[in-house]
Amino acid sequence: MAGADGDDSLYPIAVLIDELRNEDVQLRLNSIKKLSTIALALGVERTRTELLPFLTDTIYDEDEVLLALAEQLGNFTMLVGGPEYVHCLLPPLESLATVEETVVRDKAVESLRKISQEHSPVDLEVHFEPLVKRLASGDWFTSRTSACGLFSVCYPRVSSTVKAEIRQHFRTLCSDDTPMVRRAAASKLGEFAKVLELDYVKSDIISLFTALASDEQDSVRLLAVEACVSIATLLPQEDLETLVMPTLRQAAEDKSWRVRYMVADKFSELQKAVGPEITKNDLVPAFQNLLKDCEAEVRAAAANKVKEFCENLPEDSRETIIMTHILPCVKELVSDTNQHVKSALASVIMGLSTILGKDNTVEHLLPLFLAQLKDECPEVRLNIISNLDCVNEVIGIRQLSQSLLPAIVELAEDAKWRVRLAIIEYMPLLAGQLGVEFFDEKLNTLCMAWLIDHVYAIREAATCNLMKLVEKFGAEWAQNTIVPKVLGMANDPNYLHRMTTLFCINSLSEACGQEITTKQMLPVVLKMSNDQVANVRFNVAKSLQKIGPVLDSNALQSEVKPVLEKLSTDTDMDVKYFAQEALSVLALA
Amino acid sequence: MAGAASGNDFQWCFSQVKGAIDEDVAEADIISTVEFNNSGELLATGDKGGRVVIFQHEEECKHRLQLRGEYNVYSTFQSHEPEFDYLKSLEIEEKINKIRWLPQQNSAHFLLSTNDKTIKLWKISERDKRAEGYNLKDENGRLRDPFRITSLRVPVLMPMDLMVEASPRRVFANAHTYHINSISVNSDHETYLSADDLRINLWHLEITDRSFNIVDIKPANMEELTEVITAAECHPNQCNVFVYSSSKGTIRLCDMRAAALCDRHTKFFEEPDDPSSRSFFSEIISSISDVKFSHSGRYMMTRDYLSVKMWDLNMENRPVETYQVHEYLRGKLCTLYENDCIFDKFECCWNGSDSAIMTGSYNNFFRMFERNTRKDITLEASRESSKPRATLKPRKVSTGGKRKKDEISVDSLDFNKKILHTAWHPKENVIAVAATNNLYIFQDKVN
Repeated sequence: MAGADGDDSLYPIAVLIDELRNEDVQLRLNSIKKLSTIALALGVERTRTELLPFLTDTIYDEDEVLLALAEQLGNFTMLVGGPEYVHCLLPPLESLATVEETVVRDKAVESLRKISQEHSPVDLEVHFEPLVKRLASGDWFTSRTSACGLFSVCYPRVSSTVKAEIRQHFRTLCSDDTPMVRRAAASKLGEFAKVLELDYVKSDIISLFTALASDEQDSVRLLAVEACVSIATLLPQEDLETLVMPTLRQAAEDKSWRVRYMVADKFSELQKAVGPEITKNDLVPAFQNLLKDCEAEVRAAAANKVKEFCENLPEDSRETIIMTHILPCVKELVSDTNQHVKSALASVIMGLSTILGKDNTVEHLLPLFLAQLKDECPEVRLNIISNLDCVNEVIGIRQLSQSLLPAIVELAEDAKWRVRLAIIEYMPLLAGQLGVEFFDEKLNTLCMAWLIDHVYAIREAATCNLMKLVEKFGAEWAQNTIVPKVLGMANDPNYLHRMTTLFCINSLSEACGQEITTKQMLPVVLKMSNDQVANVRFNVAKSLQKIGPVLDSNALQSEVKPVLEKLSTDTDMDVKYFAQEALSVLALA
Repeated sequence: MAGAASGNDFQWCFSQVKGAIDEDVAEADIISTVEFNNSGELLATGDKGGRVVIFQHEEECKHRLQLRGEYNVYSTFQSHEPEFDYLKSLEIEEKINKIRWLPQQNSAHFLLSTNDKTIKLWKISERDKRAEGYNLKDENGRLRDPFRITSLRVPVLMPMDLMVEASPRRVFANAHTYHINSISVNSDHETYLSADDLRINLWHLEITDRSFNIVDIKPANMEELTEVITAAECHPNQCNVFVYSSSKGTIRLCDMRAAALCDRHTKFFEEPDDPSSRSFFSEIISSISDVKFSHSGRYMMTRDYLSVKMWDLNMENRPVETYQVHEYLRGKLCTLYENDCIFDKFECCWNGSDSAIMTGSYNNFFRMFERNTRKDITLEASRESSKPRATLKPRKVSTGGKRKKDEISVDSLDFNKKILHTAWHPKENVIAVAATNNLYIFQDKVN
């Protein structure tokens, strides 16, 4: 690929190659990201014989460079000469698979998994499988952890002798001395089980699973819970009871709260994996226990699953189980001592109403919703309000409105601005469900009050909220209710409030349409171009640019243009800049 | 008393001393922590100047078979710099409070170092190859004409002199309001804990932006504060267990399996108070300055001002063994209070087989106790006996009355020369003793 004399076509590539070693990490990173360009220029042969050996030894570099390298190499097959030569990529990826940085290692393993598919069955046994073995028996645990992720990709494609070796290696890693490796093995157990023949799942995997699930380190045991899901899906129903359930029961009652937490967290998956019968007999009591667990973290995780668990209960006995077993626990959680538990519950509890139907909701759930609406913790109240739509479908929101209003007002005035922000975001939803009348009567004042909040984020959210309300209730409503109030603020002595008027106009003009914009908003904006505060003036320019497309060309030419032209000769630099920008965007210049 | 603290018949002899001989000691050079790595091949020290120095064990020369070989400087780097907290108007010293090695995971070595506020994870790695050959410049560094590049050169790696690099991998900051006194790596190899006066946090080694607070003894009203956390350590093989000691002389053992917050302890170790020996100083001298689990995980030892206590984890009501470190100071507590020495924080360490322990004292003396035979010995780290392979002579302190030959009187002890930090090689009889700005290395000499 050598260029002729006097040709500079190689120059950019030469720069890229040199910058692989630049002192500036950013330049090295850029260069690595264009590795395919370099390889293309070098050709497949030199890539194999020169570039890859160099890259194999660059594992001293910064993590981000190594990460990029690991990723690039996963897409390099064609650049080294196609599947026939794909094994040339193994050495650099092998050294990347042993670095200490988990993200880099994981990426190297990901790329190895990817290129494993490009190996022919022969190459897989000649090149890839030996690499897996080397990693699996490496001195350092970084290499052994990486090996764990590679077994499942080569297993289906190798001969039965090699398969036996792979199973043996996996077994060894499951009982490795270092917890890091056992954790890696435990986290890949489910994936490995999926590619194994069912007989080996029963003979090999189950014993490994049982051993990992009773590991001395709870960080290992909790990963076995995840594997439990995949293993249970693989086994026929009749084997679950003997092969999986003893371990699962043990995990649900583990001494360590982290393991129980994991069970709670994976409960829906477990429920689907073990099927309805075992769910009825085993999981229901287990779930009750998790909801009553002594550790708040576990209760919160279980509370999060209440709705999903109930939804997935077998239909014939769903209502009975919920009413007799789950609901009593839920009732207790409503007055839990821990606010995370309560707020986790509040985020799902409304979902129960669709499952239980109107009568049960009114009789049993409504008191709980009302109690949570009065909870001392704002997050709990917010979570209830944000899920109102589920209840609305079942019983209508009117049932709640009496308690809802004080809760909303209190949140709207909360001392923490993030809480106020959160409630603003639910306003359009609430407005839609409560209707115009209720809204005008009770909530309109709140929405306007937010426009003059002392936190900018709230004012900004409030303008956005107005736009959504107008989209819901229509332009006529806007004209009567909010536009006069917004425009009134244009004369406020505080310039921040005057700017809020402009921001509101920006977001409302489109929803309100041409007529309201031209007749009511435009005159106010134009008048504000004489404001004494420069920030207001350049926001006038910005507003004009924004509402320009809504106006007709007559108004643009006769009213907007002269004002913008005047502003473009303003003494303030920013005002000039934005006026000129508006003129050119609106094509008035 | 040959072979004290060993079980074998041998004597301790001098091997090396590191650091300047000057009488004038710069504050920054004072060693503040000493720690062997898990294989004993590397030895790290931290100092008040925020530096970490790592020594590597070098294989013995053939003609000096009796000696185990020496520790030579492997890498030196500045771990912490002095900082200023503008919000609290507080200076943050660069002094390294603790160093802990991570279990080795690949050819590089990793350690955690901490000052009062910030913990850092360092990687110490070797490099022996260098890439050579550029496209845009020639061997002499002269730029080439871009138009005359007719072929592309891929850099080639050439061998070079070994270079050891220390690079900061992670910084765990902003999680401690008070001064960090301990860090300890958990046996799960993925978490570690850090303790300050009132709180203990649990970190994931790969996550720097959050940690879990697992113990918080800060009272709602600071005026009700009666005790502080003085040290904390993870159990060597049960990943869920850790202990922390308090200024009241008690130790709490917590089980992280029980709850996310370990405010309630599982076990509480306390020796019943002896009313006959109560005095104004009782509370001060009972404060625990260090706690260390044995390698087996069955015992832990605690160091208070005058003694070392050995606790069986299965027995909470009293220690199974108690060793007096410098009982002769009991009569001098008043002086030690006045010169603030009574607040010195002595550390303690185990030998590799848990059969012996070591801790420091004043006058550059350090003490070893052999647990089975109850033998004890006092040795001195001094320049005088620092001839190669010179045997260390046991020292004795006379308490009043007539002073025998070779004895030193209590009154002539130098309280400015204190040995607070010591470390014992995890497999062999090699010890490292920090005496102010000097690091002494002693080893056994088989008779």
